[in-house]
Amino acid sequence: MSSSVSKTCRSLFSTSAIRFAKLQGIALMVGLASCAPNTPTAPPQAGGSPGAAPAAGGTLAISGAGATAPNPLYQRWFREYNTQNPAVQISYDSVGSGAGVRRFLDGTVDFGATDAPLLDKERQALPAARGQALQIPSTGLFVVFAYNLDGVDNLRLSRESFCGITDGSITTWNDPLIVKDNPGVTLPGDPITFVHRSDGSGTTDIFTKHIDEACPNWKAGGGKTVEWPTGTGAKGNEGVSAQIQQTRGAIGYTEYSYANETKLKMASIQNKAGEFITPTPEAASRALAGAQVPADFALAVPDPEQKDAYPIVSLTWILLYENPQDPAKAKAINEFLKWAYSPAGDQAATELGYIPLPDDLSSKAATALDTIKVAAN
Amino acid sequence: MALTTDHSSPMNRQRSGFARSLDSGFVWGTAAVAIAVGLLLAVIALQVGEDALPAIQKFGLGFLVSSRWSVIDGEFGALTQIYGTIVTSLIALFLAVPIGVGIAIFLSEDFLPPRIKQPIVFLVELLAAIPSVVYGIWGIFVLIPILRPFGIWLHETLGWIPLFATAPAGPGIYAAGLVLAIMILPIIAAISRDAMVAVPAELRQAAYGLGATRWETIFQILLPAGFSGIAGGVMLALGRAMGETMAVTMLIGNANTIDSFSILSQGSTVASLLANQFAEAGGLQISALMYAALVLFALTLVVNILAEIVVRRFSLKL
Repeated sequence: MSSSVSKTCRSLFSTSAIRFAKLQGIALMVGLASCAPNTPTAPPQAGGSPGAAPAAGGTLAISGAGATAPNPLYQRWFREYNTQNPAVQISYDSVGSGAGVRRFLDGTVDFGATDAPLLDKERQALPAARGQALQIPSTGLFVVFAYNLDGVDNLRLSRESFCGITDGSITTWNDPLIVKDNPGVTLPGDPITFVHRSDGSGTTDIFTKHIDEACPNWKAGGGKTVEWPTGTGAKGNEGVSAQIQQTRGAIGYTEYSYANETKLKMASIQNKAGEFITPTPEAASRALAGAQVPADFALAVPDPEQKDAYPIVSLTWILLYENPQDPAKAKAINEFLKWAYSPAGDQAATELGYIPLPDDLSSKAATALDTIKVAAN
Repeated sequence: MALTTDHSSPMNRQRSGFARSLDSGFVWGTAAVAIAVGLLLAVIALQVGEDALPAIQKFGLGFLVSSRWSVIDGEFGALTQIYGTIVTSLIALFLAVPIGVGIAIFLSEDFLPPRIKQPIVFLVELLAAIPSVVYGIWGIFVLIPILRPFGIWLHETLGWIPLFATAPAGPGIYAAGLVLAIMILPIIAAISRDAMVAVPAELRQAAYGLGATRWETIFQILLPAGFSGIAGGVMLALGRAMGETMAVTMLIGNANTIDSFSILSQGSTVASLLANQFAEAGGLQISALMYAALVLFALTLVVNILAEIVVRRFSLKL
């Protein structure tokens, strides 16, 4: 208990506290006081000026860890939520989904976050005292083909084309298949450099699961790390973006938010219904609409059927304990997530290039949140 | 000068019990610290070995000769990475040793007045202070765009040599090797220079006295006399090259197969594999990564033992 408190206090001091100090000087001191010796009656002391009175209930320092892909959105959410609710400070380590799941199972965080749904054996590894692991969707992500090709602004790629680029069977830009997709466009004879992630990543998981579904000749399967038949590996979304920017004739996959931020050109790709879809948050959100959601929210749409849906889409999840160690924190996390589902949270998601959850999904998620044994008022 | 120094006092004075116990305390203290470092190494090796055990049991020595790294099928082999580690390090040494030793000779002789020499010594050593991620970014944004046309030219004109058999895609083993060479250059230059400066002045004077030219003195007296120090520096540099992670990960292309023995192709090293996959690894993959780390450990050990043998056999007996 005391170790978990000291851990959250340390992370409070490290990142959020600095940001927080700019917003709420007095509340910070209260926060410091709650980090002082672990007795509820401890008077405010560490750094507290004489004028700082303890706020009712004190400050809750919540820590989480996990997926890197939704990190920009999470950071923005935590910051905005904190300005509205100064008593709740959430810090987040974007260490990757795998590490997030491990920390969640070890109980060293208040919540985990992952891009890949929990496996059965991971669920079983959770200590019985914590009850079931709850996997609650937070937002949707979509993955785009970003490319660097002078003079071609609206590249269109059919399924055969992007499958061929990914498995290495198409090696030049003026391949007949790509030419057929882009009538009236002059394509250079440059070699294609396919850029993929070299580190294990949720983005790769989303991308390869779609490729695995859409491409009959794909043999490497779908997962966070696959055996790529071709291409250059770069580390992180930023590594892939840099590689594409630097290499003429490069094409690779990244999270939409990254491609959007780095102003990379993105290809329209063909979905299952045969339509060419330009990657936008609206088109991507159609892939999630009306889907049958399983009880554990492990909704997977590797190849959505909808006619106007962008096809490479996935959810990302927050991991919570049914029986949390600290019910007061769990209650705060619940309230935060419900805020994230509200129009305020949705707006931040849309601005950063994520997909707000469709209403039916977020209301189901809110119902699931109510099964957590949180502190009574 | 030395003759005027007063040597009398410490010999004649009776040392107090406190001073003696301080002396023995110092000896024991330094011994404990030295042993602790050795123990730390052993504990790390044991810990890594223990975590690697499931993979060692499953793949055995086949791990060293298989180039399959499939997380989905649970099949792991580190041949690609071992090959990449050795090849990038060799390229780095091949480029950095002649240049580094050359710099050391230049800066240890009196070619330049000290006023100009000192800043150059400082600048060379400053290369070692640049963080490796900066080298990586510089490699991506500056070096590779410059190197790529040269690589394409090499492939087109000398493509019949297996070393240049593939067209460069940008990042690759050659780029990683070149940046490693720059990174280890200051280590080789600084240690070699120290080794050559430390060669007793009598040797140099004797060589000149016997009528040797400057060239003969450098190549027949100074280099052989400083050999053990230079070799030590080279080995330290090799260790750095084999373990370098960030810059290599950013520049080598991270391909998990050996397509050809071309240095223009992409590859990966043990360190880049660990950096790429550790964060999201689970289950047997973690254990396979630990096994790869153990292999790197062993590789470094073998290199150091070889270096020790080389130094003992060839160093000048003084």
